[in-house]
Amino acid sequence: MSKIIKIANGQGFWGDSIDAPVNLVKEGGIDYLTLDYLAEVTLSIMQRQKLKRPDAGYARDFVDLVRRILSEIIEKDIKIITNAGGVNPQACQKAINEVACELGYDLKIGIIEGDNIFNEMDTFRNNHNVDFKNMDTGASFDEIKDKMYSSNVYIDSFSIAEALNKGAQIVLAGRVSDPGLALGPAIYEFNWKKDDFNLIASGTLAGHITECGAQCTGGNYTKWKDVPDLYNVGYPIIEMHENGFFAITKHKNTGGLINRETVAEQILYEMGNPKQYISPDVCVDFTSFTLNERNNNRVEITDVFGFEATDTYKVSISYFAGYKATGQLTISGPDAYEKAKLTADIIWKRLEKAGFIYQKTSTEFLGISSCHGEISPLPKQINEVVLRLSVKDDDKGKVDRFGKEIAPVITSGPPGITGFAGGRPKAQEIIAYWPTLIPKSLIKTKVSVS
Amino acid sequence: MKIKLSEIAYARSGDKGASSNAGIIFTSEKIYQWALENLTVNVVKKHFKSIVHGEVIRYELPNLLALNFILGDSLGGGGSESLINDAQGKTHGQALLLLDIDLPKHLENEIN
Repeated sequence: MSKIIKIANGQGFWGDSIDAPVNLVKEGGIDYLTLDYLAEVTLSIMQRQKLKRPDAGYARDFVDLVRRILSEIIEKDIKIITNAGGVNPQACQKAINEVACELGYDLKIGIIEGDNIFNEMDTFRNNHNVDFKNMDTGASFDEIKDKMYSSNVYIDSFSIAEALNKGAQIVLAGRVSDPGLALGPAIYEFNWKKDDFNLIASGTLAGHITECGAQCTGGNYTKWKDVPDLYNVGYPIIEMHENGFFAITKHKNTGGLINRETVAEQILYEMGNPKQYISPDVCVDFTSFTLNERNNNRVEITDVFGFEATDTYKVSISYFAGYKATGQLTISGPDAYEKAKLTADIIWKRLEKAGFIYQKTSTEFLGISSCHGEISPLPKQINEVVLRLSVKDDDKGKVDRFGKEIAPVITSGPPGITGFAGGRPKAQEIIAYWPTLIPKSLIKTKVSVS
Repeated sequence: MKIKLSEIAYARSGDKGASSNAGIIFTSEKIYQWALENLTVNVVKKHFKSIVHGEVIRYELPNLLALNFILGDSLGGGGSESLINDAQGKTHGQALLLLDIDLPKHLENEIN
């Protein structure tokens, strides 16, 4: 029988379950643990942390996790692939080394650099004519060039394989693609090549299915009543074969559900054109493969078709885009909805009278129409509704002024208003996201293991 | 038979920039064939008229008995710039399942 490797995902985003990765290490019988800590704007937060403190700028949660699982991953030889390094993988490596020393272990940690191009943007623009225009809207980079917080390239997964090849037990990548965290180990174990398009596509699809953790094992599932023991949901494990055949499973004594629909729902998550799913490594045809449901929470996938990757990398830029604030009030009793509409009207008119007009405002009625607009008919009797008001403006003072106009209406508006907890809403910075492209030939990644 | 789409389909949604996508998976090959004819771009656009302000695009995934709808300009700006409660379109899949449909009699036994 050919070799099978088991790759689990224990973290779908920064803020996901802190115990899921521990359970996978203890009971999952896995070879690799992948952990995704980065969302589109996470890197900008890390970039600013690093500006304030040169030893910050990575996911601290990961260091806490290493402390909990280090002895067991060494004993079982489980390797960890993560983007927890953020914008400062060196500092993350140092923090993990300190934990390892303290616990008496000698640990090999790999670092992948080259994704962070924040300091090279001018060089790429001036010397290589990269325009960095917004790939969704076509807008010019000039709009945001002075407001940039971070800029990172989604680099390919072969760098992960290289780090494993150099003996790393933990691989700290920066901004690799999310599916790449699972693809990297398969490339390493099976020695897949760049032009093994179908194999690379298999690994990418497997990583796509598992990248959001429990969203393929029964979380966020349409038929939620069919899912047993969600409190103890198992996180996904990929059983990957050398020929690209793979299964999605979870380990024993866990809740959740894996069937055709739980997996298919996750395949469609955040999907664009299914015939052309573009990753840094390959283009995957999501209409190509066959999905077979087996007993015991197991789905098998075969015949994934892939084709050559594009000659550009996607770049994720974050930038300052003004300030926003949101305030909520609960309005109850007879005519609750009518009173909520009047309450909103009062607040907006008071602000206008005081001379405050905003670039953007939003009025929503939670419990009635905030999620589905007019799709669902109004309930016959509405006894309570949450009014949610928001503003956006480049002027921080104006946004803070909005926050001061919420509470007064409790004593100077219609009756039955409550739920003003947590104080005045304060202006929050908006960190916006700017997707763009850069020629692959300009990006050099560096892998070091120590 | 007049039913909600939720009786014959599964759905999940998420964000794609300033748009959202709603993937919808059907319970059988026959239902999928019916959906190809009946769950058109126009039907979905009309259903979402108070939410979707841009173009609706439909993609077909016969291997999954699924359709993928892109719901253009449906997030009040998208990402962190949006002010709305569901800034990532997480609930748009559930909204699609609320669609009223008229399922032909010969497909009624396909409902589980």
